[in-house]
This record gives sequence, C-alpha cells and structure tokens, in this order.
Amino acid sequence: MDWLFFFESSIAGLATGAIYSLVALGFVIIYKATRVINFAIGEIMMISAYLFLTFAGILEWHPLIALPLAMLGGGLLGSVTEKLIIRPMLGESPISVVMVTIGLSSILVGAAQIIWGPGPRILPDFLPRAPIFIGELYVSSKIAYSALIAIGLLVCYLIYFRFSRGGVALRATASDQAAAFSMGISVPKVFNYAWFFGSMAAALAGVLVAASGGLSPYSGSMALSILVVVIFGGLDSLTGALVGGLLVGWLETMTGAFLGGEYKMLTIFTLLTFVLVLKPYGLFGTKEIERL
Amino acid sequence: MRIGDAVSTYPSDEAIFRTQTQKVWMGIFIATLLTFPFVSSPYTLFLACLVGIAVISATGLNILVGLTGQISLGHGGFMGVGAYTAVWLADNMGMGLALSMPLAGLLTAAVGVVVGLPSLRVKGLYLAIATMAASVILHFIFVHWEPVTGGNAGINLQNANIFGINLNSDLRMYFVVVPLAIIAVLGERNLLRTRIGRAFIAVRDRDISAEVLGVDLLRYKLMSFGLSSFYAGCAGALWAYFFKVVTPESFPLDTSIFYLAAIIVGGMGTVLGPILGAIFMTLVPEILKILTAVVVPILPNAQVLLSPVRVVVFGALIVGFLLYEPHGMAEMWRRTRRYSHLWPFKT
Repeated sequence: MDWLFFFESSIAGLATGAIYSLVALGFVIIYKATRVINFAIGEIMMISAYLFLTFAGILEWHPLIALPLAMLGGGLLGSVTEKLIIRPMLGESPISVVMVTIGLSSILVGAAQIIWGPGPRILPDFLPRAPIFIGELYVSSKIAYSALIAIGLLVCYLIYFRFSRGGVALRATASDQAAAFSMGISVPKVFNYAWFFGSMAAALAGVLVAASGGLSPYSGSMALSILVVVIFGGLDSLTGALVGGLLVGWLETMTGAFLGGEYKMLTIFTLLTFVLVLKPYGLFGTKEIERL
Repeated sequence: MRIGDAVSTYPSDEAIFRTQTQKVWMGIFIATLLTFPFVSSPYTLFLACLVGIAVISATGLNILVGLTGQISLGHGGFMGVGAYTAVWLADNMGMGLALSMPLAGLLTAAVGVVVGLPSLRVKGLYLAIATMAASVILHFIFVHWEPVTGGNAGINLQNANIFGINLNSDLRMYFVVVPLAIIAVLGERNLLRTRIGRAFIAVRDRDISAEVLGVDLLRYKLMSFGLSSFYAGCAGALWAYFFKVVTPESFPLDTSIFYLAAIIVGGMGTVLGPILGAIFMTLVPEILKILTAVVVPILPNAQVLLSPVRVVVFGALIVGFLLYEPHGMAEMWRRTRRYSHLWPFKT
C-alpha cells in the first residue's frame, strides 16, 4: 500500500469534509430552529456560486467584495424563501414541507438555466495557486485554502451561536418553541434568522465547491452527500454535522481514490443505510419521544 | 353532501358507485376510452399510453404515501426493477407480458419490502432519505450488473408479446395499458374498503394509536411497501414494453420526485387524486410546448427557453399546489361537483 498516496488522499478528503461540515452546519441550523428538511440547500449553494461568478467574473469586482456579497445573496435567498414559502407551510405534514423545498430546488435550477445558461462555467481564480507541501505530502492549494476558509466560518458560527443573544434565542427556540415564545423570544424572527444564517453558510460552501469543481445549474445535486452527512451525524446536532462532514468527505474521497468515482455514492449511501438501521437518529441526534 | 341518498344496507353504503348517475357517467367514460384511439392522432395516442402507465405508478405510490403515510423517494428505482425484470424475462425466458409483468411486479414487491424494512425504525424524513439510499443503490446495480442489465447501454426488448400478439404499435399498447390502469385503480379503491386499507389509514393518521388498537405495524407497513412497489414494478414493466429499451437513466431520482409531485398535485390519499395528477403532470410539458409555439412569433428564442421553463413550471406547480390547494386537484373536482349538484343554491 502506498502510504504517501493514502495520506495525501486523506488530507484532500478531510478538506472536502470541512466544506461538507459547513453546509451540514447550515442545514442543521435550519432544521434545529424550524424542523424543516431543506432539500433545496444544494441549489442555494449553486445560486450563490453563480452570484459570485456574476460579481467577480462578469462585473470584475475584487473577490474580497464579491465573496461577502455572494454570501449575503445566498442568505437573503434563504430568508426570502422562509418568508414566502416555508412560513405558510407551518403545521403541515413533513411530506408537504419536504416537497415544497424540492419544488423550490426545481425552480432554482430552472431559473439558473434561464439566467446564466445551461452550460458549465468556471469561476475566476481567487485562491492562491502555489501548491502546498507538508513534509513530502502534496496538497492542492485550492482545496487547502477552501478548507481553511470553511473552517474559519465554522468557528465563527460556533462562537456566535454559543455566546450571542441570537444564538441563545436560536437554541431556546430549538429546545422548546412555546417556552421560548413565552419568554419574549420572537420565534418567527428566529426562524428567519436561522434560514438566513444557514443559507449563508451554504452559500460560502457553494462558492468554494464551485471554485475547485466548476459550476453548472445541476451542481446542486452534490447536496445528496450533505443529506448523508446530516443523517449520519443526527439531524439536530451541530457536533454531528462537524464529525459527519469530515467522515463522509474523507470516505467519499478515499473511495474515489482507491475504488473509482462511480463507487462514491454507493459507499456513502450504504453507510447511510447501516446507520439508519443501527442508530436511526444518527450518531449524535436526539431521539424523538412520541406521545399520543 | 348529497341530499336524498340515504342508504339502508351496509353493502349499499360501501358501494363504489352510490348513484345511478355515477354509473351512467362511468359507462360514458369507459365508452370514450374505448373509442378514443380510433379518432385520436398517433401522437395523442402515444401520450395516452404514457398517461396510463403514469396512472398505474402514481396509484401505487399513493397507496404508500397517501394512504399509509410513509414517504418514499425510491419509486423510480422500483419502476426500474420492474422494467429490467420484465425485459429480462421476455428476452431470456420468452415470456409474454401476461406472465412477465406480474412476475416483475412480484420481484419488485419483494425488493420494496426489503427497502421498507427501515420504516420500522425510522419515520418521516429519515425514511425518505433511507428510500433515497435504496434508489441510489439500485441505480448502481443497474449500471454495474452487466450480464443482466447491460450496463450503461441498457437492454433492448426484442420479444414484446402478449398472448402471442406482437405489441408493436401504440394502438395495441393502448388496449393493454388502459385496461390495466382501470384494474389498478379499481384495486386501490377496493383496498380502501377492506381491513387492510383501513389499517393503512390508521397507520397514517397515528401509528402509535393504530398499534394500540391492534394493527400490526410491521405487517401493514411492509404490506404497503410491497403493494406499492408491485404497482411500480408493473408500471415499470409496461414502460419497458412501451419503449422497448431500458437504461439506467430511464428511471433517475427525478422519476420518484415526479410521481410524488403527481400525487401531491392530484391530491394525496384519494382515489381520484393520483389519476388527475398523473394526467396533469404528464401533459404539462405538452401544454408548454403548445404555448411556446404560440409565443415564438413574439419571442424568437422561446424554443431555447422551453426546457428550463419546464423545470421552473414543474417546481412552481409543486409549491403552488402545496401553498394554495394542499388537497390537490381532487379537491377542486369535488368543489366543482358540489357546486353543480346544488346549483342554483350556494354551497
């Protein structure tokens, strides 16, 4: 066995995993606050990447301006979605809410095709290009810097949700909506914030993924891996999102490197099936207790 | 509510058609279906066959999602299993449709039961994702089990027969598909009147209460998965007989979403819903095509926009129906009927 290759792939895998963790974090924030499974998160990533393409590639603004703007755009998209589509679905069955987000993802895919054309696009380079060596290990700089940026935002989010007023409100809402509401927390506002911040995390990840992997209206389908991540870690667990993201990213890259690309989906979905049968609520998820 | 149809016996209360008028209309409907292929253009006939297959499949999904309340994103994968099995049986065993379709359905039902196993431990969204995992795994099998599935190139159906009659025209397919669709719908309607159907509904409404009342969850959930995938398998087999070729891309994840959308737009949990939904969703692209033809003089590049617009409309229909008409087209139909019954009085 070629250990150098193994470690190089592992680092690449963990770096991909860091980006997965970021998306999964966005997903979990939305789920924790609003109990909505957001199947459209991949499309929010895709649209944000297109926004970045527009700002940095077509309008030729500096990436340091374009990136925050793209994130803001993604966040606003999430917030508008919540207001227009998710809010009226309050109290409907989970099937309906899931289908609404699936419908939304279809709308976004079509809209992207109409606005930016159906073909694949390449984002302008904005990450340093010099390859990085750790000892003898070669790491592609794009992936390494993407991972660093993703981890940076992850840390910001974790600190923010731990210590800020908004974070406390979010956690309060997640643990008991009625109690939070009676303590003066505006639950509708929390819902909106959750969608905003969740989509913003996804937006950054979308730009990072597109920077190394290219972009097309169908890029959003990578969110299938994210679903595996969140189920694996537990839908309502931030730790789960982090651990799950790293693990699934690593596993996917290792499968791609050692077995071939077509086995990626098979491996992670097989893993998913086993997790669901053995630990239905994921590694760190809270078990739901049902009452009549 | 109809006035003046008080029933005095249990059979008449359970009857499928409760009034004479309904029977007459049903007769007219069947007669229309019988004469339709002789007056329609070849293209509408082609569409009619597609609609018939979609009705069978949507009805099957409705049993699982609408009646039993288990979300499934694996329906497309099940149709694929049915399609591959039917083609394999027809080509390698020389079977006709009359034998290969039920066998394909049975095999798919078995696969469905296995896929349904997680439903005993997980519910709702977790189950949706578990079934999605199943469809990903099935897709992998379609691509890689080359001796049987022919890999990416797929397999062709050489021997499309039913009782020795070659199914080589849309007209012949029509007379296979439509009666089967009617049988499928009748089957579902009758299921609703049995203990099994009522148990399904009990599981959907509150599974714990159902269990307390003596409904065996294990049995009925798996039965629902089995029945639903049986329908899907048969629909997949018909699909294969209709197009004469099956590839792994014939039944992508989008197929599952398409059928979920169809039963939502039509109205989940009703008999009429999946029928209306399947008809509507299959015809929407055609309506858009006609609209494009109208718009072309004003907007020359409308043709290019057709495919993305179709995607947008598909999504917008799902969102729009869920937001503004959550009970779907079946509810619209019911409202219209009630209005016409009581006219000129207000409902």
